Order: sequence, then structure tokens, then C-alpha cells
Amino acid sequence: MPLQVKRLLIVFVLFIGIMLGLKYFLTPESWREYGAYRGNALTEISDKEAKYVQTETCAMCHDSIAELKTQGAHKSIQCEICHGPGYKHIDDENIDMNIPDDNQFCMRCHSKNAASPQSIIKQIDAVEHSEGEECINCHNPHQPWL
Amino acid sequence: MNKYETLYEALANLDGYIYPNEIALNWDLLIVMYPYVTGLVAGAFILASLNRVFDIKALRPTYEISLLTALSFMLVATMPLITHLGQPWRFYEMLVTPHLTSAMAIFGFVYLWYLMVVLLLEIWFDYRYDMVIWSQQKKGFVKFVYKALTLWVSETSPESRKTDEKIGYFITVVGIPSAFLLHGYVGFIFGSIKANPWWSTVMMPVIFIFSAMVSGIALVMFIYMGVSYLRKQKPDMMALDTIAKYLFYILIIDFTLESLDQIHRIYEADESFDILKILVRGKLFFTFFIMQIGVGVLIPLTTLGFLQFKKPRERIRKIIYLIISICVLVGIFYMRWNVVIGGQLFSKSFYGFTSYKVDLIGGADVWLSVLWFIVPFFILAFLLWLLPPWKKNHEAMH
Amino acid sequence: MAIKKENSSRRDFIKNSSMFAGGIVLVSLLNPLKMVYATKKPKGKGKWYGIGIDIEKCIGCASCARACKVENDVPNEPFFFRNWVEQYTITNDDEIKVSSPNGGIDGFKQPVPDDEIYKTFFVPKMCNHCAKSPCTQVCPVGASFESPEGIALVDKSYCIGCGYCVQSCPYGCRYIDMENGVVDKCTLCYHRLQKGLDPACMMACPTGARIYGDLNDKESAVSVFIKENNCAVLKPQLNTESKLFYNDLSQEVH
Repeated sequence: MPLQVKRLLIVFVLFIGIMLGLKYFLTPESWREYGAYRGNALTEISDKEAKYVQTETCAMCHDSIAELKTQGAHKSIQCEICHGPGYKHIDDENIDMNIPDDNQFCMRCHSKNAASPQSIIKQIDAVEHSEGEECINCHNPHQPWL
Repeated sequence: MNKYETLYEALANLDGYIYPNEIALNWDLLIVMYPYVTGLVAGAFILASLNRVFDIKALRPTYEISLLTALSFMLVATMPLITHLGQPWRFYEMLVTPHLTSAMAIFGFVYLWYLMVVLLLEIWFDYRYDMVIWSQQKKGFVKFVYKALTLWVSETSPESRKTDEKIGYFITVVGIPSAFLLHGYVGFIFGSIKANPWWSTVMMPVIFIFSAMVSGIALVMFIYMGVSYLRKQKPDMMALDTIAKYLFYILIIDFTLESLDQIHRIYEADESFDILKILVRGKLFFTFFIMQIGVGVLIPLTTLGFLQFKKPRERIRKIIYLIISICVLVGIFYMRWNVVIGGQLFSKSFYGFTSYKVDLIGGADVWLSVLWFIVPFFILAFLLWLLPPWKKNHEAMH
Repeated sequence: MAIKKENSSRRDFIKNSSMFAGGIVLVSLLNPLKMVYATKKPKGKGKWYGIGIDIEKCIGCASCARACKVENDVPNEPFFFRNWVEQYTITNDDEIKVSSPNGGIDGFKQPVPDDEIYKTFFVPKMCNHCAKSPCTQVCPVGASFESPEGIALVDKSYCIGCGYCVQSCPYGCRYIDMENGVVDKCTLCYHRLQKGLDPACMMACPTGARIYGDLNDKESAVSVFIKENNCAVLKPQLNTESKLFYNDLSQEVH
């Protein structure tokens, strides 16, 4: 084999060796545990804290309101849709939850829109229906038609 | 200044409806530069191979310049891609844990193959004998550099030169499909995205290969004239005329393929056609019809076609070649622009468009793109100083 | 999170390298007609999540979009969404108007008077968690992957932010999180599922328009939903095997 080719081969073998070495040292732990990805990523993603604690958790303390709510038209609605996520509140009750009282909030769901199915939700024209009155003066949000 | 400012601006300039996440145009000018620079490499290399493999003797004066041009652009070819990443320091992951179903993951390997096995080796075998001679003539650090470059092999016997020649030829033969692979592959990155009807066409890799050849040939033509001018030498008109001839032929093929692609699209007129029609006639009108087709194809094609029949004086021809090469380089840049940016301007909902404005002063993508286009010229200047083709021993066999 | 270097045995390393080297050859030579998908549905009794959306029940309140933004720390800007709601209005002149102001969070208005409307409806959108997902297929480093439960996830500490998956998602469900330059997308609240909670959007829906569950379990809510309704997926021609099933999907929806 000619000398220059021999030298070149040495360089190439060195290069490939370095590449394989880097591959060996830089391949992360748990690679290909389940597939071509870091298996640890699954636990890392699922370790994230959940912010919405769901109605069952709320009902542990606020049982009377939860009971009231189960009898009204809003029974299928989770507490935290209106009151915001409860993950801080369950640890420290001094952290207040959100108590929305403006008409705009109710209108998120109840404003008139031809795209909203009539059979699913009661829709009103805010001005016509209440003439400037606050929704919550007539309706209890936990049991809207008391 | 808010980093979301440009997005709010785009939000204010929406046409129709787009998916909310589509407002951010993730592949910006840097990704336009990536196929552009890679294409220049592949094209310049193929021009060099025309001389060596297909034995077109008129191209001999541009052989080394083509190779060195290809190398200097090759060295920065990955930089637009890497600097565009959201996490540039993690780019090594693509080599360490390549995901084999991804078209992009193999780029690192195609790149290494082409750089290490094709370009560097071909140049090395071509220059080995000369580097040995130069290492004997020079002194000090430069001597050491040449010695290191020869890998401390000082063989100059005729047999060793014959070996260089044989292996060099073999590498060039391997190099042609490799150059096709390199750029066809870049085309495949776009052509394989089935979600995007503007990209998703089997023609994409083929079009990319031929547009790469067009741009690379134009670049070598431009650089050859530039280098001759700087060295105060007369460029070899035979070589220039031959380059222009090949530019003409390949431009015809390129334009035919691109037209075929568009005609096919127009005739089939599938579900995406309506939105693409509005795109091409509206937001892409200037870059597509004026720059890509007008400046990039029609002007060079008619001028070069005219030159096939009637040859004006040398001085005029030189000016024509200079203008044509710039036209082609600009045109191919806009071709990449229309592919990359155009493909992101319309919504995959087919109901609207977002907008993209090049931020000439503040945009990091702009100055990085300019940087990655200028750096190769400095590398080339250095390479021409280190490995001057005009000081080579030209009794070499090919 | 820092990526620790591998400490598996040398034999593993050699095995992995040879697997890698042989990978392309095997795929191309032994099985030339096999399609190259990133993931394959695992055999056995594990969970395989699917989603159902009942368009007839969606009132366009965008509670799902709000809850998702809060639960998953999605930037509170009008252009990054893991899920959003679109309003389609088709006029009597056959004009199709689509809107999604701030993903629906800002509230919907009808762009045309009621007597000019031919039909109108809301379409909630989110990641389709495709079984043959184009996004995980194109990820160059394996940072986007499909979990064994069939949920397309992003390993944010490994993502390089190339944006290739963003381009390849036909549904526009991915975005680059500009805070750290990596991709973000719907995880079907993987962290909540693993804790036995419902995904935020499913929990937040006041009308029960959103359903999810195990497609392998033929008694699950989503399996029953698919069985009892005439469901369709988005862009079926792309063969992504989307696992987001819409009841009453109009052909205008892309």
C-alpha cells in the first residue's frame, strides 16, 4: 500500500475512533429504553405538578357548596373553571381563589351566537335580558335557577 | 423591545384565517441560506468533475478554483443550520443519537461523508505533490503547516504521483453521486413534508440538484473572473465560454424541471391549489416571477442562448458573463427564498396567510445570513494563498 | 436538567452502535416496502389514548384553551396554543369565514348577520396524537417521540429547536417556545394522566364535548363515542392515523 494512503487511513481510523468515543460518552442515560428517545423523559414530563385539583378535592372542604351545585344546571362544571386552579389553595387556604362577579364572565358561555347549539346552552342577549343588571343579582352561579 | 413584537406585527397583518401557532415563521432567512450555500458547494464540485471525469479540457484552468470554492463554502454549510437552532449547543445530538426515520438526522453524516471523503481527499490528492515541494521551499511555520498537511509523507516519486492521480480520479467519480446525494438530500428535507403541499413533491430533490449546479457554476464563473482580475491576469476565455455553455445547458434543464413541477401542480389542481395560486400571484409575485424567473432564468437564458449563435468581442463577453453570473446567483437565492419562506406563508388550513418581513437592521437572522455568505470568501482567499492553483506543477497528468 | 452520560456496559455500546450502523441497511434492504414511521402501536394490553370531540356540544366558550394555558404554562400571548377553538361560518353565498380570536379566549362574534348564515359551528382543535405522527417521524434527535400510551411528547431538555416537527405537523399544533428555543406541544396533560387526573381541557369542558380514553378498552368513553357516532378525523388523506375523532365534522374544516 502506498505510504500516503497508509497515513490517510490512520487519520481516518483516528477520526472514526474519536467520533465513536464521543458517541459513547455523549449518549444520554436511558436512551432507547423504550424507543429512540430518552426513557427518563417520560418520568420528567409526568413529574410536573398538576395545577387543577378537580371538584372532588374542592368538595373535601367546601362540601355544602359542592352539594348545592350538584342540584343545579351547573352541576357538570368543575369548580376551577370559574375559580381558577386550586393547587396553591389546597396547601394554604390564605391564598384566595378567584371569585368572578362580572357579567362578562357569564357571557363567555351564555352570549348569543348562532354557532352555539341552542339545545346545549341557554343563550341570552346581555342588554335585552338584564338591562344592565348584574347576573348574580338574580342567579346564584352555583345553582342558577333557584 | 418585546421579543414578541414581530409576532404581534404579523398578527396585525394576517390575511384570512391561519392556525394560531402558524404566525411564527420558524424557518427564516438562515434556512434560506442553508440550501443556497449547500447548493453552491454541490454545483462548484460538479463543475470540477466535468473537467476531470468527463475530460473537458477547456475547464482545466478552473479545476482547482472550483474545488477550493466548494471547500470554502462547504466549511460553513452547516453554520446557517446550527445558528438557526433554538438550542445551538445541542447540535451534536444529531450525530450522537440520530433518529433514523428523520430526513434531517442523516444530514450530519452526508455532510461528513462529502466533506471528509470527497472534497478534502480530492483536494489532498490533487495538491499532495505540490505541498511536498512547497514544504521543501518554505521556511519556519509555513513549512511546518505544509509538512503537517502532507501528513509528513514526502514521497514525490512518479509512482506515488500516479497513485495520487488514480485515487483522485476514483474519488471524483464517487464524488459526483455524492454531490447529487448532498443536495438532492437537502431537497428531500423539504420534499418529504407531506403536510406542506408547496414542498411535498418528488421533483423537489431533482430541482434542488439542478438549481445547485446552476448556482455553483455561476459562482465559479464569478470567482474565476474575480480572481483573475485581482491577480491582474487575463482569464482564459476558452474556459469562460465553456462554463457559460454548460451554464446554458443546465439552466435549460433546471427551468424545464421547475416548469414541469408547476405545470403539474396547475393541471392537477388539488385541494391546495387555490391557496397556492393566491400565494404565487400575491405575496410571492416579486420574488417568484420577477426575481426567480425573470432575473434568474429568462435574462441569463436569452443572453446565453444568443451567445451560442453570435460571439461579441472578448471584453463585451466578459461583462456579459459577469452580469449573468450575478443574475443567476441572485435568481437561485430567490428560488430558495420562494421554497423556504413561501412554504410557510400560507396556512395549512388553506384559509389564509401570515407575513414575513426581513428586518434589515435588527434581525439576527439577517446579519448571520450575510456573515455565512461572506465568510466563505475569506476562507477561499486563505485557501488560494495556501494552495495557489497558479503555482502548481502543471505537468500533472490530468 | 443536565443529561448524564451513559454508564451502560461496553457490550451495550457495541450493540447500540451496530444497531445504528445496520439500521439504514436493514430498513432499506430487508424491508424495502415498509413505511418508515417513527412509532408502532405496542402489542399487548397497555393503554392507547384517543380523543373524541363532539362538535354538536361545543358552545365555543374556550374554557379548554384557557385551562390549558394555565395548566401547562403556555405563554399568555395570542399566538401560542396547545389547544384552541375555531368558529366556522358559511354564508348563504357559500363564503367560508373562519376565526379564532386569541384561540377563542377573547370570545367569538358572528361576522355576518344571522339571516345570512347557511351554517355555523365551533371546532376545538388540539394535537391529534397521530399513531403515524409526521412530527415524531422527522425529529432528527429523538426529542419528539410517542410514549408507549400513544401520546406524542417532547423531551424539552433534549430538543435542539430545529423546528422541523413544526413544519411537518399538518394541524399546526406545535410551536417554538421562545423562552428557551425548544418545541412545545400538547401532552394530553401526561403529568395529570399519570396522577389519575383528567387532562385540563377535558376537565374544563362544561358541556362534555371533549372525551378521552383508552382505545384498547372497547368500553371506555372514547371507544363508545366512536362506536355510537359517525366520526371523522382531520386530513385523513395524509394518513397520519390521527387519534382525535370528531363527531359531526363538516367537510369545510381543515
